[in-house]
Amino acid sequence: MNWFKYSSPASFYPLAGKLRPWFLGAATILLPLSLYQGFFVAPTDAQQGESYRILFIHVATSMLSMFLYLIMAAWCAFGLVFNTRLSAMMAQAIAPTGAWFTLISLISGSLWGKPTWGTYWVWDARITSELILLFLYLGFIALTQAIDDVRRADRAGALLALVGVINVPIIYFSVRWWNTLHQGASITVTGAPKMAQAMLLALLFMTLACWAYAFATAMQRVRCIILEREGDSGWVADLKRQGAL
Amino acid sequence: MSGGALSAWSALSWACRRDLLLAARGKADVALVLVFFVLVTSLFPLGVGPEAALLRAIAPGIVWVCALLASLLSFPRLFAADFADGTLEQMIVSGAPLPALVAGKMAAHALTAGLPLALLTPLIAVQFGLDTDALLAAVASLVLGTPILSGLGGIGAALTLGVRGGAALLALLVLPLMIPVLIFGAGAIEAAQTGMAYDAHLSLLGAGLIMAGIACPFAAAAALRIALD
Repeated sequence: MNWFKYSSPASFYPLAGKLRPWFLGAATILLPLSLYQGFFVAPTDAQQGESYRILFIHVATSMLSMFLYLIMAAWCAFGLVFNTRLSAMMAQAIAPTGAWFTLISLISGSLWGKPTWGTYWVWDARITSELILLFLYLGFIALTQAIDDVRRADRAGALLALVGVINVPIIYFSVRWWNTLHQGASITVTGAPKMAQAMLLALLFMTLACWAYAFATAMQRVRCIILEREGDSGWVADLKRQGAL
Repeated sequence: MSGGALSAWSALSWACRRDLLLAARGKADVALVLVFFVLVTSLFPLGVGPEAALLRAIAPGIVWVCALLASLLSFPRLFAADFADGTLEQMIVSGAPLPALVAGKMAAHALTAGLPLALLTPLIAVQFGLDTDALLAAVASLVLGTPILSGLGGIGAALTLGVRGGAALLALLVLPLMIPVLIFGAGAIEAAQTGMAYDAHLSLLGAGLIMAGIACPFAAAAALRIALD
């Protein structure tokens, strides 16, 4: 199978259209499931009581916020190297979802921090890095929106995303570098997770739900971007003639 | 410039000397940034009150935040004039290595916008009651840190060249990237104030300077090519 076939907007547009309902469906099923598992099935935490349940949302969205930035940067690098049009469109389709996840992560984190640490906000390294990540997303969106020439906007945004990607490892390792109030990671690749099975399951469902949602929105957004840019092309005219638009 | 390709070093020193000369001919540009730096740092005592202990406590952050803002003012100067009169385009087509030319311009910017800030710090030290150790740390951290700002700002200035909303956009793009410099720069002064060793902060700033010196000219050159494509 030739994967480069789908680097053309004309062939990716219908594929994205086919994939989107599946991801949207998965998100619609997984989200209530994870909320039920997290808020009703998972046991009360011995130290933090009930408020720890916010963390199911917080951890999943934080994870996604960082992963999405990496994926966005990977698309940007791909676009700069192979000069494919679709890559930049994908990056711009992912950015708003990533920014929203970052915002949700910050808000849910501060809501968890109030009962646990007694304050909504601390200037801890990891929290601050997450805030910086939000600014990086906003900078990327603002730059690509501010440049009218599409080609220049794509490439300038790509370069900015690649420069900003240096920040993502700083977020991850900041726990060790500055080591302040924020607790260390509970799940490690090696070693058993330090939490109950039911909690882990809730977190897993929530993470999958977030992934599915991110895919669904990215597919939807990239379809809009493709139509915006390729509105004058023959295949869009064909779609119009078939009544698919 | 048109007579054959320049080597990297001569391109770098040519661009640096040219921008230094331009800065020397138009001293007002340089002076304005310095006045801005002193003015904004002077606003803080008026805003938070004249208690010496409080001023001493916030001084490290004030010095560095104001340095960030002051350098932000001068970034558009890096490429805007050359872009407007077509010099930049000539530089790109000249065959001289563009990253070297950009590095030269960044070096000139660091010498005309960053170094003067470091030299002005004794004045700030008097205002905020910094002792000698803290003053030395402030000067050293600014000498090491402001060239990093010039490098990062160069990337931002190249990306936003001729873009609407340029100044605010530039701030949004580069300020997040400058945060590590702010942390270690202010950290050095703070450590010196409390009588601790601050060489670790300076080492990190030095490492950042080396990394920025290597990477930023290439990134900014790529951004210029994108802007003038």
